[in-house]
Amino acid sequence: MYCEECKAKPAVVHFTQNIQGKKTEVHLCEDCAAKKGAILFDLDNKFSLPNLLGSLLGYNYNVKGMQQTGSDISCPNCNRSFNDIRHSGKIGCSECYSAFEQELESTLRRIHGNSRHVGRIPLRGGENVLLKRKVEEYKQKLQLAVVDEKYEKAAELRDQIKKLEKDLD
Amino acid sequence: MSLTDLLNSNYVEWMNADNGPETDIVISSRIRLARNLSLMPFPHLLDDDSGPKVLSEIKEAWSKNIDKYADFQLITFDQLPSLDREILVEKHLISPEHGKSDKNFQGLLVNNNGSIAIMINEEDHLRLQCILPGLQIEQCYALAQKFDDQLEEYLDFAFDERRGYLTSCPTNVGTGMRASVMLHLPALSITGHTNHIFQNLGQLGMTVRGLYGENSEMLGNFFQLSNQVTLGQAEEDILNNLTIIVTQIIEQERLMRSKLVGETKLQLEDRVGRAYGILTNAKIMTSSEALKHLSDVRLGVDMKILSNIKPFALNQLVVALKPAHLQKVTGQEMGAMDRDILRAGVIKKKIVKNREV
Repeated sequence: MYCEECKAKPAVVHFTQNIQGKKTEVHLCEDCAAKKGAILFDLDNKFSLPNLLGSLLGYNYNVKGMQQTGSDISCPNCNRSFNDIRHSGKIGCSECYSAFEQELESTLRRIHGNSRHVGRIPLRGGENVLLKRKVEEYKQKLQLAVVDEKYEKAAELRDQIKKLEKDLD
Repeated sequence: MSLTDLLNSNYVEWMNADNGPETDIVISSRIRLARNLSLMPFPHLLDDDSGPKVLSEIKEAWSKNIDKYADFQLITFDQLPSLDREILVEKHLISPEHGKSDKNFQGLLVNNNGSIAIMINEEDHLRLQCILPGLQIEQCYALAQKFDDQLEEYLDFAFDERRGYLTSCPTNVGTGMRASVMLHLPALSITGHTNHIFQNLGQLGMTVRGLYGENSEMLGNFFQLSNQVTLGQAEEDILNNLTIIVTQIIEQERLMRSKLVGETKLQLEDRVGRAYGILTNAKIMTSSEALKHLSDVRLGVDMKILSNIKPFALNQLVVALKPAHLQKVTGQEMGAMDRDILRAGVIKKKIVKNREV
């Protein structure tokens, strides 16, 4: 069997891709697999959680010619770099989440299908978050009211939003 | 209750099948909240300097809540031999991972009946677990929430408006909540339906595991169903989804049980009777064999084929037959064969005693 990419060399890397339940078989030669960044695990701990997470975080094991992407930024609080996080599959501290916000965005989407929290908020320091959520909610209601031509209701909502935004400042 | 009492006790609240609904199928319900202190390095980066700082912050918050935590005790793992930590794992009070922790800043805050267990410096600074018998997901969450609020009064939890509660592993970020239900599904397993049922759980953001969580085998027809996704879903939605699915599985299991009784009564009675015979007569028994027969006996009890054995006693047995509990009985390390011999004896005694009452 020849590589699906270059169609020149024999395929030595075989795997099944499962994207949202749709399975496709992929057969590649070593070079194309490396270029595509296919994840090749080392044999010792190929399916350990940190490794799997590391690969979700964009780390590729043993792939020839793969450049480690990502910058040299470190977390100002714990000094960990994003490569450290990739290697271990673990975040360093609470501040890493803002230091590597962009890098983590796609990872969180891949893991959870979502990257935004909608659940519980701490009692302390959570007041602002609650207010912001309320503003968002009212804004949506306002749009609906306008569409439905319920202008009186819309005006009421607009005033409430103004008041909440004032509280936020 | 002292630490010794806790370790020697054969009672943990989740075992008490008389105290919860649907206990013929749902063994226990569990909520676990992952919380971290703001700015402190996450546990995998803690050292002898930062580790004790995290512990002392938690200790302080606990002591300020002391009246609410009257029946709690704090155990640090440097004082606890590995056998005793293993006992806590087998009672489902700490995770298998935490059982391997032995630092002076790692430990457990636990109440007398074991319904609330707060792991300190496991994968996260705090892992608050509430576990109750039967289908009581909502009650577990209410309890967990209460303790979450009490701790938060004095601790600065790592929280971000967009990402929610921040955790050391990105798979827990958001609600930091894992809700699990331990199910006993003998009829669905015997008839080969479990694979089919569990196949599509992933698409619903759920996952199924064995008796002792991640990486553990599915023995004794026990299945632990829990949510996988923690970000982008509110706690209430996660709990609702889980409850809906569990309710459906309960229905299917009941249906299959009544089918078994209706269509293959003799075979079922034979199966239960054989299991009972082996458990009360065997002299050597491995853990997996015991779990297999205990599953059949439990089904026999649920289907009123066997009388005078309480599900409560069976729950206690499932824990009592584990290696650390057996070694606690003799007070020494034992080889596999010696454990198998003692296990057979412990099971026989418990079942015979239970039937006489």
